[in-house]
Amino acid sequence: MRSLVRSFGTLRPYWPLALAALLSLIAVTAANLVSPRVLGAMIDDGIRAGRIDVLVNLGLLLLAIALVRGLVSFTQGYASEKLSQSVAYDLRNELFARIQALSFSYHDRAQTGQLMTRITSDVEQLRSFVGMGLLQLVSAIAMTVGSVVALFALNPLLAAVTMLTIPATAVIVIYFMRVVRPLFSQIQARLGVLNTILQENLAGVRVVQAFAREPYEAQRYRAANEGLLDINIKTVHGLSSAFPLIFLISNLGTLAVIWIGGYQVFDGALTIGGLVAFNTYLALLIQPLMMLGMIMAQVTRAAVGAERIYEILDAPGEVTDRPDARPLATVAGRVAFEQVSFGYGAHGNADAALILREVSFVAEPGMSIAILGETGSGKSTIINLIPRFYDVTAGRVTIDGHDVRDVTLESLRRQIGIVLQDTTLFSGSIRDNIAYGRPDAMLGDVVAAARAAQADAFIAALPAGYDTIIGERGVTLSGGQRQRIAIARALLRDPRILILDDSTSAVDAETEYQIQQALATLMRGRTSFVIAQRISTVRSADLIIVLAGGRIAAAGSHDELLRESALYGEIIDSQFGDHAGQGVAATEEALVRS
Amino acid sequence: MWHGGLQRMAELPQERAGEGRKAARRMLAYLAPYRRELLLVLGLTLVAAVATAAAPVLIGRAIDEAIANRDAAWLTQLMLWLLLVYLVGAAAGRTQFRLMGAIGQRTLARMRGEIFDSLQRLSLRFFDRQPAGDLMSRLTNDTDVLNQLFGQGLVQVLGSLFGLVGLLIAMVALDWHLALVSFAVMPLILLTTNLFARMSRRAFRRTRESLGDVSAEIQEEIAGVKVAQAFSRTAVNQQRFARRNAANRDANVTATAITSAFNPAVEVLASLATVLVVAYGGWLVLQGLSTVGVVVAFITYVQLFFRPIQALASFYTTAQASLAASERIFALIDTPPDLVDPPDALTLPRIAGEVRFDAVSFHYGQRVGQHDDATPLVLHDVAFVARPGQTIAIVGPTGAGKTTLVNLIGRFYDVTAGAVAIDGVDVREVRLASLRSQMGVVLQESFLFAGTIAENIRYGRLDASDAEVEQAARAANAHEFIERLADGYQTRIGERGNTLSQGQRQLVAIARALLADPRILILDEATSSVDTRTEALIQAALRRLLAGRTSFVIAHRLSTVRDADLVLVLEAGRVVERGTHAELLALDGMYAELYQRQFRDAPLVAHG
Repeated sequence: MRSLVRSFGTLRPYWPLALAALLSLIAVTAANLVSPRVLGAMIDDGIRAGRIDVLVNLGLLLLAIALVRGLVSFTQGYASEKLSQSVAYDLRNELFARIQALSFSYHDRAQTGQLMTRITSDVEQLRSFVGMGLLQLVSAIAMTVGSVVALFALNPLLAAVTMLTIPATAVIVIYFMRVVRPLFSQIQARLGVLNTILQENLAGVRVVQAFAREPYEAQRYRAANEGLLDINIKTVHGLSSAFPLIFLISNLGTLAVIWIGGYQVFDGALTIGGLVAFNTYLALLIQPLMMLGMIMAQVTRAAVGAERIYEILDAPGEVTDRPDARPLATVAGRVAFEQVSFGYGAHGNADAALILREVSFVAEPGMSIAILGETGSGKSTIINLIPRFYDVTAGRVTIDGHDVRDVTLESLRRQIGIVLQDTTLFSGSIRDNIAYGRPDAMLGDVVAAARAAQADAFIAALPAGYDTIIGERGVTLSGGQRQRIAIARALLRDPRILILDDSTSAVDAETEYQIQQALATLMRGRTSFVIAQRISTVRSADLIIVLAGGRIAAAGSHDELLRESALYGEIIDSQFGDHAGQGVAATEEALVRS
Repeated sequence: MWHGGLQRMAELPQERAGEGRKAARRMLAYLAPYRRELLLVLGLTLVAAVATAAAPVLIGRAIDEAIANRDAAWLTQLMLWLLLVYLVGAAAGRTQFRLMGAIGQRTLARMRGEIFDSLQRLSLRFFDRQPAGDLMSRLTNDTDVLNQLFGQGLVQVLGSLFGLVGLLIAMVALDWHLALVSFAVMPLILLTTNLFARMSRRAFRRTRESLGDVSAEIQEEIAGVKVAQAFSRTAVNQQRFARRNAANRDANVTATAITSAFNPAVEVLASLATVLVVAYGGWLVLQGLSTVGVVVAFITYVQLFFRPIQALASFYTTAQASLAASERIFALIDTPPDLVDPPDALTLPRIAGEVRFDAVSFHYGQRVGQHDDATPLVLHDVAFVARPGQTIAIVGPTGAGKTTLVNLIGRFYDVTAGAVAIDGVDVREVRLASLRSQMGVVLQESFLFAGTIAENIRYGRLDASDAEVEQAARAANAHEFIERLADGYQTRIGERGNTLSQGQRQLVAIARALLADPRILILDEATSSVDTRTEALIQAALRRLLAGRTSFVIAHRLSTVRDADLVLVLEAGRVVERGTHAELLALDGMYAELYQRQFRDAPLVAHG
């Protein structure tokens, strides 16, 4: 409920709209009260009195009121919608910005389907409350207060009797809110599960189809769907008694008034006219009470939605700019790791498995560093720490002597060009994709970057060249083509520090050769980190770091390592074996032994 | 600059006139299984209506008869009747709400299930082009809109219709002249309703589409969030998102502006009817043709009459939102699968594994068989035969069509021309499941599902025992690292495979394929991101596993393809060279050149 109250803060910039909606609601109510009187006058003063002119005039007045009421009720509908849509718009933008800003470690755990559910469904729950329920809530409370005053003025005893309906209604409302609230939470949670299955099914459609697992997926979805249905029906059942009970209580109020009022009439304490009048006013009290019952469910759902929205907005960003973070000036490119240890989700937790242990090295400006090691040895982790995708668990990473945690993320990452293993491209044109890191780049720069990444030739051959749309609605690119676009994307930023995570592996030997030639030129003058599985790439590096179990097992130049490191020799050997067959025989043996 | 949602519908059936009525009829058809419950709801609605009508009558009699005459006994009796009426009304309301709520929810669940099932029938050709986020929006947001319709909307319509019929009879019986006058505005109301309905449907359709766009954007940006951060693109992305978000907001405001204008319009017409009745009735009274009592009664009737009319009309307008949503849902359900099992589809028995390509051409255009210049051919006249148990290596520059070629074996796409045959049977004539269940595929991107590692490996064969899962992991060289994880095989991996390195994910994907024990194995650059040492181990394992299976390997390292029985060299979609490694070297063509390049660059230690 606190989240719901907090969400009202989003209304503040739109207070004129909110006011307009509220005022027009009041005007509509007033018009509704006036029309019957005019109608009454038409009958009494017009027809009964036999005056055509009065009849005509009042008729025109009635039409005029209808027109005005129509105009005002349009204003009310429009303002409410504009208000609620604006709030939803702001919340979605905020959520989107937050999701974009949350650290890698958050996204490692978060599920796309769950995030999507919050940004669409939960926002919608809150929006529909702001658009309809909130206004009704305000007017219901106002009407209740007003009618209570009127009723007491009319007949204190009967008013006191009817007042009993208010706490009774409140008790019922609170009781049912307690009952359905957890159910609504479960609905949203299960909706998230359902959407996650769906999202995964769509993202992994190739795997699903390759393994002919469509029936299994359908069954998985069905199970989650039924889980959601169960909770939905439970909620329907939970709520089913609420409305009738609240209606019943209001009706019992009427019953009590007539009954007790009847006896008051018998005693002469009340006239029949007074009783009828009181009964008429009672309707004014009952109406908002019933309305409260109706919007109760809406309020509860909105509260759940608000809570889930703020869960994301309040999610601690593990990697954020410090309050005193300064922009990093153009760097020379000296990267130093000082006793760096790292474990995923191991902040201050020594027990958690560490991926990196006390890694120290220095990359001088312009040096190329090759990182070698078995899969899972922490290669990707090292390069993820340089642009500060994660914060170190212990030790520090510095660039030109500045701890990466002391500078602004934007200024840091702007100077780093990265080609990740995951060559995610976005739907849009090829040009947009290459210019991803520099949206204002000129076409000439884009083409130059593409040329350097050996992508120009195949792009030029596409039907629309650089304007060819790729992604979900466009041309399908091969893995190698995607990779070269990703490389061009990194090169266009003209970074001081270049990071290549195994980026040439899905390219054929010919293209790889060309790319490496291009990269060799481009790496000149930049500090570069390359995770490569090929000795050919590695041997020309200034510094080779061999990782084993999260520690630096050996470091040095190719020649040094050949002399000094048995592990390096082994890796070289397996690469060598790749060509001559000896290494494979050796590993065959190893496999048989294991 | 960035692509909008305009092309979207090209993939899905176009809307046609009368589509709305058809969609409405189809939605009603979803209620057919609940005929009995709906009848009950109908009865309960009547009971509730009678109870609502009876209460004022009882109160009126209590005041007029009991209280006015100081008859305490009669008052008590009437009050007890009133209590009974209230209780019956409450009970009827509760039951009706439960029934209708459950029917609505069950219908929605059924719809979601049907959409999901239809997605499972569609081919990659469809998914290549349809943004996942938009599909998700259809399954979630669009079905959600129908909730209101199935929930209380229908009950209200039924209630309104009942009241209307009763009032109609009463009015005609009282004074058919006045009745005719009050109905005079009906054509205007119908016309207005129709006009607004059409306008609002167009507007609501726009809201559904723009919401789909928002969804698609969210989905894509969440999937690519790491790249966005790496390129400090978050500010630009937010602006982009804000644009689509604003388009959705504006579409909703426009749609609501239309519906908000509609209600007052009908109200004004209703007031016009009242004025007409009063004017004509007044004239009748003045002429002595009618009595004041009749006119007063008629005015009450007119007011009562237009309330349900208004409710119905406004329901009809807002129902357009449901219609727009249902159109999108039905469009998806109705998308014809382009890869269907023919009616007399053959269930492939255990295959030997001969794979034959007969003059296969292929393009990624929208429809099979239609070829235009806009979608260039990716494969031209590819023909070869892979004998059972052979290893076929496919090499060639990136974009040459290697992945496409192997995708055709499992019939993920249908060929544009020519035929692919397994053991002499055209793949289009067999049951897809019987074909794919005998194939193992390791794709370029090793996609894993959220769940435990064991679950992910078991995806290859759902009934595999724990021992078999472990065996497959061992064969794929994944066992060792899995054992080192805190929870071993029960370690949960996230959707994006966090905590596992790319190489480890690939090992799991290989284990998954091995567990499937396929007759035909396809490795698409599967070993590229594993370090050389691990790769050597995998290759050793694979070599033993390849024995007896037909396998296709796309590997860019020529060393891996050297042992292949047949090497196909692809260039720009054509097989330019074929033969064994030795033969191709002797040919001294493209393959030889690629091979030379590899050696010139790589193994300086090889000779040392």
